[in-house]
Amino acid sequence: MTNQTDKLIKGGSFLIEDVSYDRVFTPEDYTDEQKMIAKMTEDFVTNEVLPQVEHIENHEFERSVKLLKEAGELGLLGADVPEEYGGLALDKISSALIAEKMSRAGGFSISHGAHVGIGSLPIVLFGNEEQKQKYLPTLATGEKLAAYALTEPGSGSDALGARTTAVLNAEGTHYVLNGEKQWITNAGFADVFVVYAKIDGEHFSAFIVEREFSGVSVGPEEKKMGIKSSSTRTLILEDAQVPVENLLGEYGKGHIIAFNILNIGRYKLGVGAVGGSKAAFEITTKYTNQRQQFKTKLSQFNLTKEKLATMASRIYAAESSVYRTVGLFEERMSKLSDEEVKNGKAVAASIAEYAIECSLNKFFATEVLDYVADEGVQLHGGYGFMSEYEIERVYRDSRINRIFEGTNEINRLLVPGTYLRKAFKGELPLFQKAQALQEELMMLMPEEPGDAPLAQEKYLVKNAKKIGLLAAGLAAQKFGKALEREQEILVNIADIVSNAYAMESVVLRTEKAIAKDGEEKSKQKLLYTQIFCQEAFNEIEQHAKETLVATETGDALRMMISALRKFIRHTPINVIAKKREASEKLIEAEKFVL
Amino acid sequence: MNIYVLLKRTFDTEEKITIAGGKISEDGAEFIINPYDEYAVEEAIQVRDAHGGEVTVISVGSEESEKQLRTALAMGADKAVLVNIEDDVEASDQYTTAKIIAQYLKDQEVDLIIAGNVAIDGGSGQVGPRVAELLEIPYVTTITKLEIQGTKATVVRDVEGDSEVIETSLPLLVTAQQGLNEPRYPSLPGIMKAKKKPLEQLELDDLDLEEDDVEAKTKTIEIYLPPKKEAGKVLAGDLNDQVKELVTLLHTEAKVV
Repeated sequence: MTNQTDKLIKGGSFLIEDVSYDRVFTPEDYTDEQKMIAKMTEDFVTNEVLPQVEHIENHEFERSVKLLKEAGELGLLGADVPEEYGGLALDKISSALIAEKMSRAGGFSISHGAHVGIGSLPIVLFGNEEQKQKYLPTLATGEKLAAYALTEPGSGSDALGARTTAVLNAEGTHYVLNGEKQWITNAGFADVFVVYAKIDGEHFSAFIVEREFSGVSVGPEEKKMGIKSSSTRTLILEDAQVPVENLLGEYGKGHIIAFNILNIGRYKLGVGAVGGSKAAFEITTKYTNQRQQFKTKLSQFNLTKEKLATMASRIYAAESSVYRTVGLFEERMSKLSDEEVKNGKAVAASIAEYAIECSLNKFFATEVLDYVADEGVQLHGGYGFMSEYEIERVYRDSRINRIFEGTNEINRLLVPGTYLRKAFKGELPLFQKAQALQEELMMLMPEEPGDAPLAQEKYLVKNAKKIGLLAAGLAAQKFGKALEREQEILVNIADIVSNAYAMESVVLRTEKAIAKDGEEKSKQKLLYTQIFCQEAFNEIEQHAKETLVATETGDALRMMISALRKFIRHTPINVIAKKREASEKLIEAEKFVL
Repeated sequence: MNIYVLLKRTFDTEEKITIAGGKISEDGAEFIINPYDEYAVEEAIQVRDAHGGEVTVISVGSEESEKQLRTALAMGADKAVLVNIEDDVEASDQYTTAKIIAQYLKDQEVDLIIAGNVAIDGGSGQVGPRVAELLEIPYVTTITKLEIQGTKATVVRDVEGDSEVIETSLPLLVTAQQGLNEPRYPSLPGIMKAKKKPLEQLELDDLDLEEDDVEAKTKTIEIYLPPKKEAGKVLAGDLNDQVKELVTLLHTEAKVV
């Protein structure tokens, strides 16, 4: 047991291994400093950013630049930068809390995120000593602002299909870059761009490109559906002269940087979506307490209560999942030695370890945000369709989250894909577990979970994982290599795994809270957990059935269906009653509360 | 210059007040530095930065107040003192708090004390003036500007919207009104440094005080919420009748005419 607790948790292992609640990080574990950082960020957004949103939405980006510099003075740009380069080297939880609290600011938070995340991190993680010394101190203060240039008109999800080229000049002093990078956040004002190009049209590599370099220019501001408070332009490279020393990372190894930065971008996006969901929820709940129809506040209609409780239980699930993952990163990264931190490889390996969790969080949390924003508009009725109401902007801003940092479809496909890769490499004993499960099926007897708090939910989690393994194992067995083309099945499996991860995350968080504060004080958490687990399990049932039917036929199918039935058997809780109960505290507090 | 700030932990201004068991329920509530005390902290830091010296923040309360003191340290104060009366004092009021603070301060070298004008919870505005009285030093309340030259202080005081300029001398106690300054945010480096700054915890014993010495001079009889706003009445019918009805209602029901 002690041996077990000393070991780091393997990425993706949650599907086949159980973990005890003391091994997971939960928002109840924030330190006082982390809470103070969160509060300061929240105050900064409320008092400094929100009053200017209307102007920034109209593309007055000089305000964004000024606000980013003010954020820099407060240290809000230096969380992930090492101290020796002028940063604060904060833990990953603090850095995530900053991202969460920033997200209320809509498009401005995208500017902030692009600068501190995808803009600065490639240099933090993969820059050499000279590059770090040259760029990081000014990026940490906001004196210089950063952007990230990967996407091209012809290559979005297929990032490695980039056409931008880099050719070493005859003198060997500069790479000459040619191409166009599209939809580049912060392009209107960024001083430093991390740009991907293929050296000699072949070797995908990253470069640090300054705005002032000869041959670098930007196109006009894009007209977008949402996040209008962020600048988005094309970066144009016409014989751009980039000094050889600005090659970032290794020659031809740009994909390592790109994929790892994407992984970080993904979980950070999950964190941002949690913050955005909470903000949308607060706006909506307040409105339902103000607006009356039929002489009754909207919040007093049972259907409103149902909507509020569903939103809140999903926000709870997203928050629990996302911070559990941030906790995994924090644990792993904090164990790296100083030398390993300096050398990008160990850092990259730590990030890549949790690629599955990053993808899960990205699509789960951004879909919670989209759901909350959508129901938020719905509860506003016609007013939600009017631009004077903040929820209208929230709704438009939300939409991009399912698209960037890898579409949610790509992220879903990555989940089973990464699992299979880990299984083939022997990193996770997936096939053995699937095999054992097949044998277990024969003698499976349904269990009665009992009445203790969380007993039913733990039972559902256990079976959710087994169903995931059953579906994945069966599909892998049946289709072999051809599974890659069965995208519908892959996505179903990803959804089952995602729900299992979220269910387990809420159960462990609530279990930890009950152990610490007792059941009475954890009542709201328990309600969210019960509601979420029941509904997620219902979805799992759907996805599993669909997968089995598309995979097997005849007797084999009948056998599989009967096995599934055993895993699914349980007495459902009264979700309607639980939601009415959970909504009371929400309506009273007019925000997401625990 | 030795500058002291009197700081109180209060409910967040966003919190809804609920009463449970005859007491204001603190369950799940967020707490902040009393906003007027935040002006005091900011002013103290500015005076120190201009004239040198040290800023010490003092709070009387429970262990919970440590968070607010840490926030003041994160803003830039140098030291903090928390007098924890949780175990010693059952009922406290402004007299209790002032007595304890004065007892602590009389053994210190004090040049300037800054407090908030009022706390947003109790709202008495008494602690500052009482402390000055006990220390036998001058005080000016609700200030919007403070200038110090040597031992001379020039203070602008808000008098119901007008201003009064007062010249006085140190040691001095002032209480901060809105408009005195714009409190800074505790920066991230500030937050990290605050962990390592000294925070002294004291109890009544350490100040040679007995429970009787600080016994509250007032007693709370009852706590209740303001009455709920009733729905408005719309009068209908002939205009003359409406006017008559209105006058009658104002006379008999609202009792204002």
